[in-house]
Amino acid sequence: MDKTRTMPTVTSSPHVRSAEHIRSVMLDVLIALAPAILVGIFMFGPRAFVITAITVGSCLLWEWLYCLVTHRPNPIGDLSAAVTGVLLACNLPVSVPLWLPVVGSFFAIVIVKQLYGGLGKNIFNPALAARVFLFLAWSSYMTTWTLPHTDLPWFANVADTVTSATPMATLKEGTTAGIDFVAMLLGQASGCIGETSKLAQLAGFAYLLARRVINPRIPVSYLATVAIISLLFPQGGDAVQWMLAQLLCGGLIMAAVFMATDFTTSPATAGGQWVYGIGCGIITMAIRYFGSYNEGVSFAILLMNAMVWMIDRVCRPRRYGVKPFAKLREKTRDLLSKKSEKKGAEQK
Amino acid sequence: MAHTFPGGVHPAAHKVTAGRAIENVPAPKMVHIPMSMHIGLPCEPTVKVGDHVKKGQKIGETTGYVAAPIHASVSGTVKSVALAYHPNGSRVMTVSIENDFQDEFEPLPRAMDWQMMTPDEMVSLVREAGIVGHGGATFPTHVKIRAAMGKVDTLIVNAAECEPYITADHRVMLEQADEVIGGIRILLRIFPRIRCVIAIEDNKLDAVESLKRAIGADNRIKIEVLKTKYPQGGEKQLIRALTGREVPPTKLPVDVQCVVFNVDTTATIYRAFTYGMPDITRVVTVSGSAIALPKNLRAPIGTPMADLVAACSGYDKEAHKYVTGGPMMGSAQFTDQIPVIRGTNAFLAFAENEDRLVDQPICIRCGRCINACPMHLLPTYMYLYASHNRWDECEKLNVVDCMECGACTHVCPGSLHLTQMFRIAKAKTMERRRR
Repeated sequence: MDKTRTMPTVTSSPHVRSAEHIRSVMLDVLIALAPAILVGIFMFGPRAFVITAITVGSCLLWEWLYCLVTHRPNPIGDLSAAVTGVLLACNLPVSVPLWLPVVGSFFAIVIVKQLYGGLGKNIFNPALAARVFLFLAWSSYMTTWTLPHTDLPWFANVADTVTSATPMATLKEGTTAGIDFVAMLLGQASGCIGETSKLAQLAGFAYLLARRVINPRIPVSYLATVAIISLLFPQGGDAVQWMLAQLLCGGLIMAAVFMATDFTTSPATAGGQWVYGIGCGIITMAIRYFGSYNEGVSFAILLMNAMVWMIDRVCRPRRYGVKPFAKLREKTRDLLSKKSEKKGAEQK
Repeated sequence: MAHTFPGGVHPAAHKVTAGRAIENVPAPKMVHIPMSMHIGLPCEPTVKVGDHVKKGQKIGETTGYVAAPIHASVSGTVKSVALAYHPNGSRVMTVSIENDFQDEFEPLPRAMDWQMMTPDEMVSLVREAGIVGHGGATFPTHVKIRAAMGKVDTLIVNAAECEPYITADHRVMLEQADEVIGGIRILLRIFPRIRCVIAIEDNKLDAVESLKRAIGADNRIKIEVLKTKYPQGGEKQLIRALTGREVPPTKLPVDVQCVVFNVDTTATIYRAFTYGMPDITRVVTVSGSAIALPKNLRAPIGTPMADLVAACSGYDKEAHKYVTGGPMMGSAQFTDQIPVIRGTNAFLAFAENEDRLVDQPICIRCGRCINACPMHLLPTYMYLYASHNRWDECEKLNVVDCMECGACTHVCPGSLHLTQMFRIAKAKTMERRRR
């Protein structure tokens, strides 16, 4: 035998893997986010691009720095920090000062993600948690909305911008008057950079489904729950119109498609995903109807994030070859037989 | 509408040998026949060094009920009876026979007059022929038949061949359809008045045509087409796809009134009953990126894999990994000198590592493993617990139900060693239960 031959590898099966890996999955998510962010840049101008670039760049930088300091292998190649960056940018108003995304990225990457153990171990969705942190800490920046096609400086702080009420605020007042549904679909509405065009987000949703990156359980159950609640309990105007307004306004679709479906912070079981989506829907509507905030999506998802572990434990799939509720049936049968035994004993 | 089961994956098929007719491997100089080619107790050699043996002569006798006797696959002289490596990685007693190329054949006694036999005598003949399941699990066929007699209402012939690369059963169905159907008719004498189904994946519709021709007007045998999906050929998945029944944990197909035979096993039964030919040859797909000219070869049991590879014009690249069986459930080998045994349906040689390894596997909880698992398990959670040595939690998550099909590991984007970890967890659970 040839002496240069090396020993063959001996490993335990399986010996082949699919071509998919974390990087390719994250790349798919980035591609799905592209339409939303591009429409945002088109609507809000070059400043939106600058903010997106700063957010993504600082996310990658913080991830790299953290792993450098803690002597871990550099993980930015897996693109998960880039996804967090784009998601966070999608959730920022275009008029924020340029240092804000840097602080937000730090919170998302270092505090929410890396301190919990990094990719796959964090409890809360980093981008959402950062958005809420920024919202609570710098409310005025985070609630200043600009109309599309407003001329904004590329880099300088935005002072005295022409602010406008978001459709969400209109809904809070219990009316659908003045909400232009076509504009909502196309994106000519004020809001966060990535939230304006619902069509662009739905295109991303279609892409994620076609590539089988996510399955439709969470977005469908989430949106359906919101639709049903708003249809049953409209607070103003025509019920159908009210329902459409609730679905299209604010960050609901963005959150249902891209945030609630974050693998790490959502249930992995099929049943758990239905429960999670419904839970998100109920909390969202509760905040929109009864809370003091206009929008409840972020809080709803973060609250459900905290319950993921428990949901998955409860929603385990039925054991193969065992009928549903087999344990419950067995227990009731035991109880019943014990009862009849007791009765029999008493009669004797 | 093709039958299927929930879960499963779609690995790249690589069935390049599907269009290549079965060739006979040139008669090997030596064969090495292990005394254990089945699940159960190993056989005792009945020959000693220097004995002359004929092809088909019994050289290993069973020592227990769950076992199958072993026969010489060539005529010649016994050169050694010693421990040697088995494809499963252990060393077992192996009879090495030097081929004298005379091809003297000793048929099984009383084989040809099976039409006169009682079902009981027929099962004894299956035992004498040493027939074991050719699908890979190598359970002794006579034990399976006896356990199922009178207790089943469905006989399933497993022709799914869902593993990538392997085309051995496919070619057998195309070229030896009469033997396959003949074997099924013999089984139908043992199992009268039973529903009989041949299950074939929808990537082998030419095999369906070929078998239909062989069945002719016999309305006892039906063919059902399955969706092409891995692990469609898993016994439990097959039964689920065809009958809707689920085999309960720790139970066997007979508990849901089914019995499953591999399609090549039925052809082997036919040869035993018609020509008195014991289970001494089998069709092996030799394939993989390192093989120059992949082929389907019929080889005597005990032929070293290297002889098969030589018949395929050798290696054209350096082999990084040898695998006997399919790439999803087969076992890696450290050498190509390992012999063909009754359960060997393929020998694969890969030029590069197709099992993508990374320094730090990361679970991103994407849930693909859960969707892929055909046994309703939660691989991501079982892995998490197993990697923290929480064997008790693994047991609660029914890790023992795992059939190690590798579907979860195949789809994992984080390159986790899921199946490998569950093998450890299963062993630990068994250990805990014994205590």
